[in-house]
Amino acid sequence: MWASFDPSSFANALILGISIGSIWLIAALGLTIIYGTAGVINMAHGEFIMLGAYSSYMLQSYFGLPFLLCIPASFVIVGVIGLILERGLIRYLYKRPLDTLLATWGVSLVLMQGVRLIFGSDPKYIAVPEVFQSNIQLGFFNLSTFRVVVFFITIALVVGIWALFYRSRFGMQVRAVMQNNEMATSFGINSDRVYMMTFAIGAGLAGVAGSLFGVLNIVLPTMGSAYVVQAFLVVVVGGGSLVGSVAAGGGMGELQSIFAYFTNDTFARFLLFVMIVVFLRFRPQGLFAPAKARR
Amino acid sequence: MKPSRRDFLKKASIAGVALAAPHLWLPVTREAWGATLNKGEPIKVGLLFSLTGGLAVPEEDSTLVMQYAIDEINAAGGIAGSPIEPVIVDAKSDFNVYSEKAKELILRNKVIALFGCYTSASRKAILPTVMSQNHLLYYPTCYEGAECTQNTICTGPLANQHSKDLIPFMVEKFGKKVFFVGSNYVWPKESNKNAKIWLQNAGGELLGEEYIPLGSSEFGPVLNKIRQAKPDFIFSTVVGASDIAFHKQFKQEGFKVDEMPIASLTTGEIETKAMGNEFGAGHFLSAPYFQNLESPTNAKFVESFLKSKYGKNGTTHYNMEETYLSAYVFKAGIEKAIAQFGVEEVTPRKIRDVSGGIKVSADISPEGEIWIDEQNFNTWLVPKIGQCQADGSFKIVKTASEHVAPDPYSIYADIGKCSANGLVAPDGKVRKNVI
Repeated sequence: MWASFDPSSFANALILGISIGSIWLIAALGLTIIYGTAGVINMAHGEFIMLGAYSSYMLQSYFGLPFLLCIPASFVIVGVIGLILERGLIRYLYKRPLDTLLATWGVSLVLMQGVRLIFGSDPKYIAVPEVFQSNIQLGFFNLSTFRVVVFFITIALVVGIWALFYRSRFGMQVRAVMQNNEMATSFGINSDRVYMMTFAIGAGLAGVAGSLFGVLNIVLPTMGSAYVVQAFLVVVVGGGSLVGSVAAGGGMGELQSIFAYFTNDTFARFLLFVMIVVFLRFRPQGLFAPAKARR
Repeated sequence: MKPSRRDFLKKASIAGVALAAPHLWLPVTREAWGATLNKGEPIKVGLLFSLTGGLAVPEEDSTLVMQYAIDEINAAGGIAGSPIEPVIVDAKSDFNVYSEKAKELILRNKVIALFGCYTSASRKAILPTVMSQNHLLYYPTCYEGAECTQNTICTGPLANQHSKDLIPFMVEKFGKKVFFVGSNYVWPKESNKNAKIWLQNAGGELLGEEYIPLGSSEFGPVLNKIRQAKPDFIFSTVVGASDIAFHKQFKQEGFKVDEMPIASLTTGEIETKAMGNEFGAGHFLSAPYFQNLESPTNAKFVESFLKSKYGKNGTTHYNMEETYLSAYVFKAGIEKAIAQFGVEEVTPRKIRDVSGGIKVSADISPEGEIWIDEQNFNTWLVPKIGQCQADGSFKIVKTASEHVAPDPYSIYADIGKCSANGLVAPDGKVRKNVI
């Protein structure tokens, strides 16, 4: 079914595309750092997102924390879980990147079942302040307030990550380790610590995404699996760098919205995935691949 | 080696003995051939629902309510003196597991009947097994119809019963213009085909029809189209987690429930609880059962179920109640079969064949009296329309004046009509086990 073209509605679709892009991007930020930096194929990324949602749910319903405070708290909680995981498992696997795929997949199952044991498999929900439950209307533009919130949090996180990785001492160390681990170590950088921190930050970012998705969507032990594919697509198309993920997330969200406007949601996804396959056929390294020594 | 005369004689005599006395090589016990009952021994039934994975939300409740019903029946003396023993398996929301476990329950556990499935996809995955073993599946939820097998009994509403009242009700109350939104699989599409007929009869106008991939949580584009189309109400067959995302984003995008409510076939008490009451309030649901239904039977059912060890999820809903009914339809069926054939001769197929016309009376059935159709073995029931209130409960705003007949082929009269022996085509040909 082809919808009739209506300029104001199309403009809305374009704005919506930016919002969809920001959702794709925020889901992928943590993975960008973990995969792009440490080279870990983190299949448990979706479950980190799920843990973020459950952290917010737990803090809100058991401790009465306001929603806006739940977001940073989820970052810390999931970050700590990521840290423990890195120390206990992932650090033994940096030399065997393909094994991280299996190991983290196993971790994802453990996390999913663990959450099910603790919270049960019935869906939970995260309450948000009344102002986030409505929309913003300017002339013919219409967008839900919460989508705007997600958009600005995404922007803030991207700027924060950029500052951390390109304007701080820690970021310089990370980039040094990324480019050549042995050389960086011989200059006195503790690469073990760099990997540990990167993984924890990546997990924490997934936690932030989770506490936001818990509002847009449903909180379930299985919710992560929907996002992990999306996140990998963004990272792979983007090439593993931050700017690549921003471009890929934004572009894919916008294309999804435009295709869905002209056709329907199912067909839009079909078109988008075909385009991704074709794109990767001709540019397997992604949009903006960082120049680095492959381990 | 050239076949010798002696060799031939030897083989021929072995073959002769085998043919003349099959009990030497064929298993002689009836048990070896499939499920049977023995006096005084527990009656085994299989509960084939997902306890983990994406379908666990509704299906875990199905398992719980079945255990509750079985406990209730056993406490009242069981069936012909024997208790029912549930064999519980987890289908893990995986359609391969469904068919594998169905085989296991039938062949290894030798259950006398299966209770299972929620989505049509899983039902279609196990039906070939159920039919090839001439077994019996109780399918305890709503579905689209267009199936005529000799091995199923369904206790939920068919597509032709489900939206029959809902569409005219909404058209009359809110206006003629409607937008269809559904999940992208067989049940929503078939349900919408039925809904279009009711819509046409009610003089309504279909502005658009959109399907969302199962499990998707992005409703921005669809809501954008709805905003452009400006319908008077939305007719929804979105299921599962997507349904919750849909209702949440509906409100978050600034749609007003009193201007454009969602009339749904799926959004019940459990979904409302999951999305938060403020997102569910004001919308409509068509179902044969609501937790708020006023009847002494339902009051007792809700109270004792929620108090029991199976009531941990804190609510009852239509899918759960339809599952509860299937236990009592089974009880009535097996008792009738025992009375007719004797305990030792009861088979799954015989239970099914005597189940036509079985009534579950209003003092057992929380939704009120229902009965099984004698031809297609679906359920005669009274569809009701509820409106979600601010506290997440449903207020019943309309009850059908009489029981509505199930008809799996109501919109496919050219294909045939489902009878007890198979699908009767217009030219009189009968086909068995049509799925």
